[in-house]
Amino acid sequence: MHEFAVCRDMLQQIETIAVDEQATAVEAITVRIGPLSGIEAHLLSQAFPLAAAGTVAENAELIIEALPIKVKCQTCGAETEARANRLICGQCGDYHTRLLSGDEMLLASLELLKEPREAINV
Amino acid sequence: MCDTCGCNITHANQHLVKPGGKLSRVEDGREAVTVLKNLLSENDHIAAHNREHFDRHGVLAVNLMSSPGSGKTALLEASVELLADKFNIAVIEGDLETENDAERIRARGIPAIQISTGSACHLDAHMVHDAVHQLSLDGLDILFIENVGNLVCPASFDLGHHLNVTLLSTTEGDDKPAKYPVMFRAADLMLLTKADLLPLLDDFDPSRAETCLRNLANTAPVITLSAKTGQGLEAWTDWLAQELAAHRERVQSGATRRPAVQPDGIELHAHG
Repeated sequence: MHEFAVCRDMLQQIETIAVDEQATAVEAITVRIGPLSGIEAHLLSQAFPLAAAGTVAENAELIIEALPIKVKCQTCGAETEARANRLICGQCGDYHTRLLSGDEMLLASLELLKEPREAINV
Repeated sequence: MCDTCGCNITHANQHLVKPGGKLSRVEDGREAVTVLKNLLSENDHIAAHNREHFDRHGVLAVNLMSSPGSGKTALLEASVELLADKFNIAVIEGDLETENDAERIRARGIPAIQISTGSACHLDAHMVHDAVHQLSLDGLDILFIENVGNLVCPASFDLGHHLNVTLLSTTEGDDKPAKYPVMFRAADLMLLTKADLLPLLDDFDPSRAETCLRNLANTAPVITLSAKTGQGLEAWTDWLAQELAAHRERVQSGATRRPAVQPDGIELHAHG
């Protein structure tokens, strides 16, 4: 539902980075998303072309890396995989766990085009 | 990094240099940049600015989230009565349309700013920033931000607040925390509202709601209350008073508190 807003925010960051790096275009964008981030990968992919239209990243490929949910138990110390609505320890069942991974929404990296493009319409 | 030995090829960009990829030949002028920033860092930037503003004034900002109709405004109306002689409070109301909720709060003599989000299903830090500029924070103790009624999107946006309070009304299912884990995992306090209806609703079990919350590894307190009868309201206002005192201490020592909204995995995953 809010993936378009997330995309717009991300593109603002990308525009800033592209200016800083003096890039003429963004070729690829890699993001890492965990199930507990509240972002749906396929909705993000759908929102991206609309949000990116007219920006420096309009022809970029959006690569989404899905991350698993992992928790560490504060009672028994086990590190186990978990489900979004069951974040208890997979070993002993205690709910005093710390999330190790699964809530990420990271802009991980960009591929930037730095060469000035050939002027076509001049 | 060099362009000879392949040390610049990472997990993130290797697709480009594989056969058929855009960079399968070594070309000049292209560069991989590792960013590792939160996708919402523009929002987070404004949120941090809002929080600094609150902290400078010693204001505790509380984000109220729930489904539409779970009784956020009714809770505020009832709380105002109990809080008004001890604390100075103000309210920011978020809804898609109308000034109705802000008017209900203003009718109790409390300053209230209405944010009409149009079609946006959540508040973001920019909207709150604009609203805060219409408020005087001087002498204020607690600022309530009543988010748009929605159990999905508001959980992903840091507004600059300090605490998340998530309401679950007894007319909803007691398994809501299992269905909306992102929202309930972020709660610093869960309020089970409309407790006056519990005798009529044999399918809502407060202990089951709590079990669902614990299954999210959330140790937040749970208070069962009714804005109508006043049941549990004292526990809720006591919690607020405690949190305000804790917040003032934190601010004194130059610290603040970020709500459990934004992913904190950035540092953990810097190395993929």
